[in-house]
Amino acid sequence: MAGILSHYYRREPLRRRTPAAYDAPFALFQMKMPARGSLLGIEHLDAKEIMGLLGLARRMNPLKARPLLRGKRIVLLFYEASTRTRSSFEFAAKSLGAMTTLVQSSGSSIEKGESVLDTGYTLRAVGADCIVMRHPSAGAPHLMAQHLDIPVINAGDGMHEHPSQALLDAFTILKHKKSFKGLQATIIGDILHSRVARSACHLLTKFGVKLTLCGPPEFVPDVAATLAPGLRVTRHLEDALRGTDVIMLLRVQKERLAGQKIRLQDYIARYQMTTARLKLAKRDAIVMHPGPIIRGLELTAEVADGPQSVIVDEVHNGVPTRMAILARALGKAK
Amino acid sequence: MLIAASKTSEKATLLIKGGHLIDPSAKINAPMDILLRDGRVAEVALPNKTRGSADEKFDARGLIVAPGFIDLHVHLREPGQSYKETIATGTAAAAAGGFTSVCTMPNTAPVVDTAEWVHWLRNPERAAVVNVFPIAAATRGSRGGTLTDFSALQRAGAVAVTDDGKPILDDDVMRMALRLGAELNLPVVQHAEDTRLTENCSMHAGPTSFRLGLRAMPAAAEAAIVDRDVTLAQQIRESRLHVAHLSTADALKAVRRGKRTKARVTCEVTPHHFTLIDENVGEYDTNFKMNPPLRSATDREAIVVALSDGTVDAIATDHAPHAAHEKQVEFERASFGITGLETALALAITKLHREHKIPLTRIVELFTAGPARVFDLPGRGSLARGSFADVTIFDPKKRWTFEAAKSQSLSHNTPFEGWQFTGKVVATIVGGKIVHQIG
Repeated sequence: MAGILSHYYRREPLRRRTPAAYDAPFALFQMKMPARGSLLGIEHLDAKEIMGLLGLARRMNPLKARPLLRGKRIVLLFYEASTRTRSSFEFAAKSLGAMTTLVQSSGSSIEKGESVLDTGYTLRAVGADCIVMRHPSAGAPHLMAQHLDIPVINAGDGMHEHPSQALLDAFTILKHKKSFKGLQATIIGDILHSRVARSACHLLTKFGVKLTLCGPPEFVPDVAATLAPGLRVTRHLEDALRGTDVIMLLRVQKERLAGQKIRLQDYIARYQMTTARLKLAKRDAIVMHPGPIIRGLELTAEVADGPQSVIVDEVHNGVPTRMAILARALGKAK
Repeated sequence: MLIAASKTSEKATLLIKGGHLIDPSAKINAPMDILLRDGRVAEVALPNKTRGSADEKFDARGLIVAPGFIDLHVHLREPGQSYKETIATGTAAAAAGGFTSVCTMPNTAPVVDTAEWVHWLRNPERAAVVNVFPIAAATRGSRGGTLTDFSALQRAGAVAVTDDGKPILDDDVMRMALRLGAELNLPVVQHAEDTRLTENCSMHAGPTSFRLGLRAMPAAAEAAIVDRDVTLAQQIRESRLHVAHLSTADALKAVRRGKRTKARVTCEVTPHHFTLIDENVGEYDTNFKMNPPLRSATDREAIVVALSDGTVDAIATDHAPHAAHEKQVEFERASFGITGLETALALAITKLHREHKIPLTRIVELFTAGPARVFDLPGRGSLARGSFADVTIFDPKKRWTFEAAKSQSLSHNTPFEGWQFTGKVVATIVGGKIVHQIG
């Protein structure tokens, strides 16, 4: 297991953030380690690990895949709705020869009140080798990973992280731009409620991308700038777009607007991506969106279908990226 | 090692010899011997100068002897939730932590909102090892609507009223509670949280909650309620407001404002709020989830200053035991609260005394005379002659490691597992009887 992939096999404890209050004389309480190969978030990965995964993804061909994971059982445990993530994880697993089964909250014991951990123990007992998990509550995959001895892949947890999306986005950026070096990127929209944005912030800043977050304070609170080093927050779209190479749009999550004092019409007027506004960015800037897109809200149909849009390409890149994630999870990253 | 409680100390007189007495209520900080007789303090004298004889002696050389500690805020979970804790196990944990008196919160199942339940809590059949002072609900079922019968609750033995776990939000209800409390000289304890700002929130609003993607409680949700309550307390003559588990710098400002105008406003602070901050939640560790939540470093600093300068009246644990299955779940679904009785003194000595240089006399005051004043517990919190023979003896230099598995509490939900402390309780004496002693 030499070469660039050897670091996948390092077994490291989940790093705990700044133990400021743990200064001597206190001992650190050891938290149980997630099984190696787990992917809980981008925050605790280093740039080398990310480049390793992206390199692996480039070598994955869904149409001509090798059965690296033959006989492996992968459970897709989805507590929340999903189209893209679920289907691409499923195709990725099957392309590598693994068996998959889908467990959703409705139609399973979850409906009867089974806890996350008990569901995890059950799936392990059934013979799962890996759990791909989406959950509406932040940190749920961490809970699972801390108690199971099989790798857990976070397929989106609440408002926290969506690491496979950030990786496929990075994969897509590198298809259109030579490298991350000197790049300028802008994320526009509801950063507060977005796990995609949090993962993207961690990933891009690790490579020194100059990243700007743009939106109204209800969506982009000032505290967002503390998420990673070198982040900038602005309320002005013109300011955010000037000179940018990558524009990432986020869906306006209407279901999360309850209680927020923000009017959809105002948002559209100030932040909707239109052909005219797109001209403020670099001429070769790409437009990204994790989907599902709502035409006429965060972007116009012209932008979504325009020459600078790579939105469909992102979805397409989801499969090889997730093949790489699964191969790494099950120790077959060759 | 524990000696079986009380068996060895049924004798009526006990002489505590050779210790260093810290009794802030009597302004004593000197080597003293203490003779306890028939559940009361019979003599406090210079070393070897006690006149009465004793059946039993306690060698307190090298140890601090203090009035029995009082905890104004514990959840002993009875009636109704004995799978988390019972009065027997909770008071055993209290004894192990040096507390000779605990004030129990009424948010049980059912809520303690009648005189009958107050009597039930005080019944000897509950097998309490230390004194239990019930705090009764301020409104029926703690639903925040109709006030309970304060007078009947007080006659039954309630020392205060509160809807703890929930705030009394309605201005008129809070005003009426303070007014009725003023007539009866009964403190109203407020869990200050504007729940309109904290719905579905599980930690303090700041960089950590943003990083973890958790809905979060702004500091203002606490400060706003404390501010309003202090204003009400200023308006209502003789009313007594006690702010429970105060956690933010802004809430402290409101308390200071009240104290300056001589309103009868008091407050307590928990050991976890002067020790930990929001960052310590780490990767969704539910043993760091409580309400009020761990706050910012700035708030913690302000709390330490307020503990030192006298703004804070008492250290209270907010001991909140929960079963493992209530904590080993998604962070947002996990129950709020941590245990605290057995780590309180150790944290106070390790953090406040050794790190922040707050004198031991002040720390003892925060565990004794301070809380006794807040709820008017006569004969408690002092070792003056005639006081109750409740004594806490501790070694301020003893180093030890906390292990939740060895806790007396039924539950082990603590963020302090494996922490190395300085300062340990050596013996706890309630009514002249040794109820806890380490070998």
